[in-house]
Amino acid sequence: MDTTQLGHNVPLTERAYRIRRNAVLMGEVQGQGYIGQALDIADVLAVSYFHALRYRPEDPHWEGRDRFLLSNGHYAIALYAALIEAGIVPADELETYGSDDSRLPMSGMAAYTPGMEMSGGSLGLGLSIAVGIALGLKRKASDNRVYTLFSDGELDEGSVWEAIMSAAHYKLDNLIGIVDVNNQQADGPSTQVMAFEPLVDKLEAFGWFVQRVDGNDMDAVVAAFDAARDHPEPKPRMIVCDTKMGKGVPFLEAREKNHFIRVDAHEWKLALDALDAGRTA
Amino acid sequence: MSTAATTTAPAAAKPRLKTSAMIASIAGEGQRTKPAPFGHALVELAKARPEIVGLTADLAKYTDLHIFAQANPDSFYQMGMAEQLLMGAASGLAHEGFMPFVTTYAVFASRRAYDFVHQTIAEENRNVKIACALPGLTSGYGPSHQAAEDLALMRAMPNMVVIDPCDALEIEQAVPAMAAHQGPVYMRLLRGNVPLVLDEYDYTFELGKAKRLRDGADVLVISSGIMTMRALEVAKALEADKVGVAVLHVPTIKPLDTETILAEAGRSGRMVVVAENHTVIGGLGEAVAGTLLRAGVVPSAFRQIGLPDAFLKAGALPTLHDLYGISTDAMVTSIKGWL
Repeated sequence: MDTTQLGHNVPLTERAYRIRRNAVLMGEVQGQGYIGQALDIADVLAVSYFHALRYRPEDPHWEGRDRFLLSNGHYAIALYAALIEAGIVPADELETYGSDDSRLPMSGMAAYTPGMEMSGGSLGLGLSIAVGIALGLKRKASDNRVYTLFSDGELDEGSVWEAIMSAAHYKLDNLIGIVDVNNQQADGPSTQVMAFEPLVDKLEAFGWFVQRVDGNDMDAVVAAFDAARDHPEPKPRMIVCDTKMGKGVPFLEAREKNHFIRVDAHEWKLALDALDAGRTA
Repeated sequence: MSTAATTTAPAAAKPRLKTSAMIASIAGEGQRTKPAPFGHALVELAKARPEIVGLTADLAKYTDLHIFAQANPDSFYQMGMAEQLLMGAASGLAHEGFMPFVTTYAVFASRRAYDFVHQTIAEENRNVKIACALPGLTSGYGPSHQAAEDLALMRAMPNMVVIDPCDALEIEQAVPAMAAHQGPVYMRLLRGNVPLVLDEYDYTFELGKAKRLRDGADVLVISSGIMTMRALEVAKALEADKVGVAVLHVPTIKPLDTETILAEAGRSGRMVVVAENHTVIGGLGEAVAGTLLRAGVVPSAFRQIGLPDAFLKAGALPTLHDLYGISTDAMVTSIKGWL
């Protein structure tokens, strides 16, 4: 694993803290953003980039890397935060987030950012691309994997289920889906916008190896990623992550409408203070 | 057609109705054809290019991709009747360095899967080749299968190269040319027994090049796809009336060979007629019109032959081609009327 040089002894909780902090700092640049999602998915990204994925920070196109697809392109703020922490994107670009000529546009696009494997934004694309990448990796006899992060709202898209069906058909055991169930999408709670439960039963019926974990419980997430990697059946793997919007910043966790958050100028400092207060947790 | 009434028909036999059933070939009666030029050309190309993979959405047999699938079963992916997945998976395979040739019907690629083509293929500039059967009005099934708008939609998409080939020879030559181009390509596909026409015109397909197939002093027909086949027949028919018809074949709709188009249309005294198997909105006709206007080239007259801005009828193809003015006879009548 080529991530050792990054400081293998930094605990995942510290990585997650720094990812959250990077995200809050980027949110402050624009005064708004999908900060609630960034905070909820930071633990999953910490496990992805500092436990599961193989990659070389200085060579984002290294053939031997595991692929990580961000299907929910509006989570770009979270992925940039992780890519900065992973050394793939220089830390001094953080302050350019969402600005003209930045490599960090508000919605993730493949051509802009090192480490961004696909252009998201139009929701429901990622898993279909992942099917093709997984087929391609198998054609190359590669032992690399393709991870795809998507959101519970994307379960509304029919294309997601096309991909879910085909991944099982082709026995894509090198494809690991991660669905962020924060139960919040543009028009309200995801389960109310369109009922998708019982999600585990549905995915299992479609032929996947499915785990459901608290996506903000670091040990549980690590165990789920390990099990997804080691599971012996020739099935695609899904990790259903229940997460808390705004995790780590209590006043943001408490906000009712938190899909797209506007934060007052003075609140960014409060958010950073809240993260610092929870840092050792 | 062998419709001679050899059986003893009842006294009040009804005339046999023309069918709108799906046909495998658009070839006319007695026309020279070649079988499945796309499938055979792809098999040939794949011998030299092992990175080629074939994907379809439950239409391998109907897009001649089954020939590739039979020759290269390990390089063929059946994606089921799921066109969004088809395009996304092709993007993924291209992401890994493969060259997907994707087939479906033109309506499904250009309408149902448009966002996937746009975002996962064109926006990311993936090296995916999309070959689609039943382009324009080549099915009598009605609007569900009539891709009257496919060129307009694909042409509007950045990075996308758009090809509308005329015959079997051109398809055979276009397949390696598509592969030689780095980036996404959309090609209109003629399937089954495909007419063979251009071998009589010392023709070679070049991506991005328009070519004059014959010259004439009175009318310049600018055409693509099967309309070039028709235009050549129109030119022969009008010879009898001492009307000289030049035919400029424009198989690459994008990027458009504006230099050749301007040179031909700029020759004085000729009416310009653009003929396309496509709605008159957003296809070759408007592309040519814009090219001429921007360059200040004004022909003596400018006319469009193409499909109307309407949902087309179901019916037998010859009936519909007459109805919408894209049959040879209808074109002859139109052009005579304009002279």
